[in-house]
Amino acid sequence: MEAAMGLMRRIPPKQTETALSALLTLLPHHSSDLLSQVDQPLQVLSDVDHGKDFILCEYNRDADSYRSPWSNKYHPPLEDGALPSLELRKLEVEANDIFAIYRDQYYEGGISSVYMWEDDNEGFVACFLIKKDGSKTGHGRRGYLQEGGWDAIHVIEVGPEEEGVAHYRLTSTVMLSLTTDNESSGTFSLSGSIRRQMDMSLSVAEGHLCNMGRMIEEMESKLRNSLDQVYFGKTKEMVCTLRPPAEVVMRLPDS
Amino acid sequence: MADIEETELSDKQKNEIAKWFLLNSPVGEIQYVAKDVKAILNDDALYNEAASEAFPLYNKSHMICLGMPGRAGDVLITSFGELNEKEYLEPRTAQVAKIDHIKQVCTGARPALDEELPSAYIEEFRCAVDMEILKYVGEAYPKGICSVYCTNGKDVEGPGSDFELAVVISATRLSPQNFCNGSWRSVWNIEFRDEEQLLELKGKLQVGAHYFEEGNVQLDAKHECKDSSIFQSPDDCAITIASIIRHHETEYLASLQDSYSNLPDTTFKDLRRKLPVTRTLFPWHNTLQFSLTKDITKELGIGK
Repeated sequence: MEAAMGLMRRIPPKQTETALSALLTLLPHHSSDLLSQVDQPLQVLSDVDHGKDFILCEYNRDADSYRSPWSNKYHPPLEDGALPSLELRKLEVEANDIFAIYRDQYYEGGISSVYMWEDDNEGFVACFLIKKDGSKTGHGRRGYLQEGGWDAIHVIEVGPEEEGVAHYRLTSTVMLSLTTDNESSGTFSLSGSIRRQMDMSLSVAEGHLCNMGRMIEEMESKLRNSLDQVYFGKTKEMVCTLRPPAEVVMRLPDS
Repeated sequence: MADIEETELSDKQKNEIAKWFLLNSPVGEIQYVAKDVKAILNDDALYNEAASEAFPLYNKSHMICLGMPGRAGDVLITSFGELNEKEYLEPRTAQVAKIDHIKQVCTGARPALDEELPSAYIEEFRCAVDMEILKYVGEAYPKGICSVYCTNGKDVEGPGSDFELAVVISATRLSPQNFCNGSWRSVWNIEFRDEEQLLELKGKLQVGAHYFEEGNVQLDAKHECKDSSIFQSPDDCAITIASIIRHHETEYLASLQDSYSNLPDTTFKDLRRKLPVTRTLFPWHNTLQFSLTKDITKELGIGK
């Protein structure tokens, strides 16, 4: 397992799916560990009754079916698929509606889904998912990207409420890839995945959704920022170390 | 793969998977990947077979640079210099390096045989180009290694026939303590067309970088370009070729920098904006009551 995770840290993030399926074939007895520890690009199914797409993950899966957050039904149909309690389902419905607005504000398109389920210690867990295809042919408003994907997975464990305060543990993963391609500069492709955690104890006076939403918003901004500034920045630094641009200034082309 | 039983993975399949991982190793990281692959396969014979097939391919495609014993200089592992699986020509010193691909070391060197080297006529061109490129690479790449090979027509004895040279530039920087590795690889193919008195240049540039502190982010950039010039004396050809290569590579670096500076406001924005369309943080406080969902929609003016 350790070696498998080691490989996942080195294989180009764009190849995550291939790498994971290769590991699953080599290590079938570790399949549940692999599936829970390796984040893979999100898949989408269509909820025909509601005319909306929803995102698939381990958290809305039961056997080979996935529960739609829009209809609360499993696709393909499953008779006794696990469902959240009525109360939690109410929060889930609300979360899906609000998160769709949030998603549209930041992503100008894309698909989102929120799933909730009860956990063993009187709290609950919520999973917020966003998938955005930012390519020219997808939801890329500006049309700069030949290929571009952003998948965000936010899992929040919410502890039981004690004296008006609850503990939230957010684990977020972002996987992204972007490729520009043009005649004069060739293909330029960046891909990556990072995962971070955030712990907070917050008053539930304004409701769980409000707290979870703020944490996710803060985390997404942090992740986007560090990808942009730190991670992309470091690869740029590397390029400039390999061939320092000073040469451009100091020596113009001979011709 | 379809006709294999689901439960039992054939050795051939395992071999293919192992090779896939090895060949997809980022620059400078194949040894780490190899260690993990070996642990996962848990079968030394199988691992050794996959490694013996994958390492030579990886070493050549990454154009790794190995030091020859006894201060005989460095040799680039490229398909242009490959005499056989274990022997690679180093044209500048006319040495042949013996390579252990899996250990990625040079185990010995011998002088090249006459038949392994180009004719005196070709060598004059090759040497002149090598000198100019060496100068350019010394100036432009702090850790650049270059080599010029004759890839076609090495036995041409004098004017009247076409031949081809390949200029290879490889610069690698490994800094695992800073969680960052990267490489720049250029291959320039130069056709010397005798009849038209033309030089045709085709360049393939490839830049990669991997940053992996608490994450895994990789750059993969490729570019191809073309240029041409007139066939002149070896020295003049060499100066022209180096200047064309310098020009294109300088431009390419500038375009890479442009791609980076376009990220925040254009390309990255198509994935996710820094701030919402409204330019203020999302009004989560308005989500307090279930019934407010509609009001938010109204407030933001994005009702359906």
